[in-house]
Amino acid sequence: MTLLETRGLTKQFAGLHAVENVDFDLPRGQVRALIGPNGAGKTTFVGMLCGRVEPTAGTVRFDDRDISDLPAHKRINLGIAYTFQITSVFANLTIAENVALAARRSLRGADVDVAVADALERVGLHEPPEQNASDLSYGHQRLLEIAMGVVQQPRLLILDEPTQGLADSEIEAFKTLVRDLSATSTILLIEHNMAVVMETADQITVLNFGQVLAEGTPGEIRADRAVQAAYLGTG
Amino acid sequence: MSDRTKTLILHAGLLVLLFVLQFLLPAYHHGNLARIMVLASYAIGFNILFGYTGLLSLGHALFFAAGMYGMGLAIRHLGLSPSAALLCGLAAGVAISTIAGLLALRTVGVGFMIVTLMFAQAGYLTLLYFGEYTRGDEGFVIQQAERILWGLDLSDPTNRYFAAFALFALCLLLTLWLVRAPFGKVLVAIRENEERARMLGYDVFAHKLGAVVLSGTLSAMAGAVYGLLFGYVGASFASVQYSIFPLLWVLLGGAGTVLGPFIGTLFMFYLIDLSSGVTTAYMLIAGVVLVALTLFAPQGLVGEIRKRFWRGLP
Repeated sequence: MTLLETRGLTKQFAGLHAVENVDFDLPRGQVRALIGPNGAGKTTFVGMLCGRVEPTAGTVRFDDRDISDLPAHKRINLGIAYTFQITSVFANLTIAENVALAARRSLRGADVDVAVADALERVGLHEPPEQNASDLSYGHQRLLEIAMGVVQQPRLLILDEPTQGLADSEIEAFKTLVRDLSATSTILLIEHNMAVVMETADQITVLNFGQVLAEGTPGEIRADRAVQAAYLGTG
Repeated sequence: MSDRTKTLILHAGLLVLLFVLQFLLPAYHHGNLARIMVLASYAIGFNILFGYTGLLSLGHALFFAAGMYGMGLAIRHLGLSPSAALLCGLAAGVAISTIAGLLALRTVGVGFMIVTLMFAQAGYLTLLYFGEYTRGDEGFVIQQAERILWGLDLSDPTNRYFAAFALFALCLLLTLWLVRAPFGKVLVAIRENEERARMLGYDVFAHKLGAVVLSGTLSAMAGAVYGLLFGYVGASFASVQYSIFPLLWVLLGGAGTVLGPFIGTLFMFYLIDLSSGVTTAYMLIAGVVLVALTLFAPQGLVGEIRKRFWRGLP
């Protein structure tokens, strides 16, 4: 069963093809990694999925419904959660309020507090929740970002470079979290850390110059000559 | 003691104090305080948009005047009772803030400031253009006989104080409720990081529009009550000056604080009142104090208290 599909998805910036004619299918329950060199169009691509970036051409379908014309907030309300590549938490609000804002879209009252505590626990953020988000280290702001995605209990969770700035021990915990979340959510993961990709992803899509270069299991991708040439640099 | 209890005690304490003061104050200050409470209600309306949502309107006089004229014209030309006229003022506020919001919110940042400023100027000029009905700059007086609300003569200082107090208490409690309500928290989220709020699934435009309408309606209510309590309706209340006043009061008192608008209005009112008793160049004194406050308390009086002593202060 396909949860998300794109057909001919294209984005041009002043003549430059950031994303070109991408057909992409994401089955329900899968952990999919999206990899590719810098500037390959990964963030632009997921931006078009969740409505941040308006495509030049092409369609996006989510759960058998054409969402190409829906504004971002309506797509989010269908069950897509997006965590930002460049940390974008509410710096002047408390940790708890950051997560609560995400939780309150579907919950009210005491349920919010329970969900917030649970999400912070799951991502392993143990700082006092009444502390301001700006007091957190960069890596911990990344964890907060992930908690804001997790608490929404999304059907599709899009994580844009979640492990950037995390310590090794936190990366280990993150891998466990992704496996744990994959029981209830479909996950689309943009990631540069190959160890994380190879260990967590069921399938990998490789983007290069805005086009799909290869798609397959971690083993297949590792063996793919074109990928090695374009991306791993060992061809 | 929890923050919630302390907050409740502080705000309820202020209301009790203001209620009791009407029996203690000499006539002059008694009259001043009534005026300050109505103007502070206007500032509270402004603060919802500026302090909590992060949208700077330079045209709030449009809403204040909408309420004032909605009320005043209904009495003058339709002969309505004060209570019905107040409702007219409120309705005018809702209608005009909805229209202004729908149009102005298509812009952001400086664009929003300019568009709101232009709307307010258009409103002001409209009042002058239809001088036959509005009496333009000269304005018109609402006679004592037309100011009797539910048997209370609002030209009587005691009744007037009580009416101003009731309006102020309503506005204060409304903001206190708002900052705890999910809607108010989303407004703060929009102020802090609009794109993030949108990507959490919140309809940013709808929330901003809600903030404009709520803010405009409170401002209109303050305008309507001001006209009724002090018996005068005039186009000067629609001028640029009356758009800048609430900004000044809120900045002085503390943007995004519940008590800031009142403290700022009180402070500014008495700063001018006291300094004009000392010298005719009172604006000089007022100016120096304002510059000093901007330098040493950039968050405003209540804002500084929150920053230094009480982080949980709403």
